[in-house]
Amino acid sequence: MATATAEPRSLPATEDGHKHKKNALSDGQGRLAWILLAPTLIIIAVVAGIPVILSIWESFHQTNSGVDPTTGMVAGGDRWVGLQNFTDIFAGNNPVTGNYGTMDRFWNAFLNTTFITIVCVLLETVIGVAMALIMAKAFRGRGLVRAGILVPWAIPTIVSALMWKLIFDSSGVANRILGREILWLADTGASFWAIVIADTWKTAPFIGLLTLAGLQTIPGEVYEAAKVDGATTWQQFVRITLPMVKPALVVAVLFRTLDTLRMFDLPYGMIGAGKYRVETLSIFAYQEASQSRYGPAAAYAIILFIYVLLVAFLFVRILGAEVIGDADGKKKKKKGEPPPGEAMQETMIGEAIGGAH
Amino acid sequence: MSTTTADVREEHLSKEEIEKLAHPQRPLRQRVGVVLSYVGMGVIVLYCIIPFYWMVVSAFRDPSEGRSTEFIPSPASIENFKSVFSAQNNFGRSLLNSVIVAGTTTILVLLFGIIGAYALARLRFRGKVAVLWLIMACSMFPLVVLLPPLLKMFSSTSPFTWFPYWINTYQSVILPGLSFGLPLAVWTLTAFFKQLPVELEQAAMVDGCTPGVAFRKVILPLAAPGVLTTAIIVFIGAWNEFLLALTFLQDKNIQTATVAISKFTGTTGFDTPYGSIMAAGVLVTVPLLLAVLIFQRRIVAGLTAGGVK
Repeated sequence: MATATAEPRSLPATEDGHKHKKNALSDGQGRLAWILLAPTLIIIAVVAGIPVILSIWESFHQTNSGVDPTTGMVAGGDRWVGLQNFTDIFAGNNPVTGNYGTMDRFWNAFLNTTFITIVCVLLETVIGVAMALIMAKAFRGRGLVRAGILVPWAIPTIVSALMWKLIFDSSGVANRILGREILWLADTGASFWAIVIADTWKTAPFIGLLTLAGLQTIPGEVYEAAKVDGATTWQQFVRITLPMVKPALVVAVLFRTLDTLRMFDLPYGMIGAGKYRVETLSIFAYQEASQSRYGPAAAYAIILFIYVLLVAFLFVRILGAEVIGDADGKKKKKKGEPPPGEAMQETMIGEAIGGAH
Repeated sequence: MSTTTADVREEHLSKEEIEKLAHPQRPLRQRVGVVLSYVGMGVIVLYCIIPFYWMVVSAFRDPSEGRSTEFIPSPASIENFKSVFSAQNNFGRSLLNSVIVAGTTTILVLLFGIIGAYALARLRFRGKVAVLWLIMACSMFPLVVLLPPLLKMFSSTSPFTWFPYWINTYQSVILPGLSFGLPLAVWTLTAFFKQLPVELEQAAMVDGCTPGVAFRKVILPLAAPGVLTTAIIVFIGAWNEFLLALTFLQDKNIQTATVAISKFTGTTGFDTPYGSIMAAGVLVTVPLLLAVLIFQRRIVAGLTAGGVK
């Protein structure tokens, strides 16, 4: 976290190797840039950087409990345990029974997190893209749909969790419509699907909104040309729409994936804590921390962090998600103005980041 | 005689033809497509609204009806809303706490985010890519990573005995909350600043403004819509925050609304008081919905490029 601030300050812009463009604003103003960025970087270092480092430190320790065998005193403080918090997840000391048979609680939470993420993001993407296609076709009433779509987004996740809890109650409206008695909330296999449905409801429209923004940048001429060449609707969708909307869609999907991997509010509010069929890594780590087992909690959180970074890395590498839209001159710029798609994409990233917190 | 009628008929026919040419009928497929798109839009709206409708309906039920599954409450009652504000739940206080926490977070985030974003959007300096990645990484890390050390720190547990006891304080939620609000604001604002032509500032500077003045007098007023959008998005994020508040705000008088709702208890103790929970949910959501509906164009405009020409 501190590396960025340690960068050599105020090197003249002419030294950065790019063809220098005359810009009275930015010539030799590296120092000003760092001054302006300093508050943001310092805050990030203090509220995120230091705690993350402390968390790593914590993950190598365990809180002492019980009586110290040598002194006979009640022990306190922390002791260094090396990698024990990490290796313990393979020891199987804490077996629980979830959707995937009996296994260590950590791996149960890990699988829950992974499968909830895969199923949710797949559904959300398909439904979201379908919504975007419908909205792009519409001539009138788009404002109404847009307003409606923002409703699930604006509802706090915990409120929507409680709302779905009522809907999925054993004598609730979902069972009444289905005409069955499914125990959605009783930590059963159905609980998994209850979470998936609730999460998809909340975030599919959002993917739709971001995809629509991408769709609207596709010029109509492209479709006309395709029609002249005799392309079918399906061919147009696969050969034109998808490739051209891909940059926007990939970024949206990436951030949804990262958010779903960190899911906490929804299972916690809807099914509850300590329900092994829907327990995510975030919930597990929270539970451990709230029971003062800081070391294991930190270890699980760190693993989750690494997992999230790994997924992000794979997205960038394999799908070519352009998370950093403009690297100042790294991309082709025309007349000093960013290409139209670029600024939009960054805003979408911003939106996507804020989407599900 | 016969010739004239024939003429008239001919003329009539051609008129029809002209009309037909003037209003070409869309091919059947296209008409079906239009109808389907309206049907589809209806489905989308219903999809989004119906669960929320259920929340509203359940909020307006009489508490005696319990978990009735009638689609319209009969009789409608505001009993649940009254119980939300009863001394037992003390929800008014929680709403106030939420306003304080979310408001302070938003103001701080904007204050620092605006100048940082301006530097990223306009100034040329080494290490910009590193900063962008740092901010991006910051928005990726799970909030739960912060919990173990912060919980220890804020509760003055060893080895943090030197640290003031911060459990049940506003700052315990506001400061960690900055870690996700700030990256979000910087990203969004950078995009908005980039949409403004750099020539504006150059013109101002030709007229003798310093970069600082050019920013304050030219860019900031023009970027006001973007700043407002960012403020709304950040505020909604902070208002909806749950994990930090759940961990650090344990006292009833300082809980934010989201935590308070999750801890509502019924008068009888064991039965979940769905009615009042839904009523509180409606109360928490409606201000956000109003803001979103009023500013929906603006929020979505952030998505479509070239809004500022």
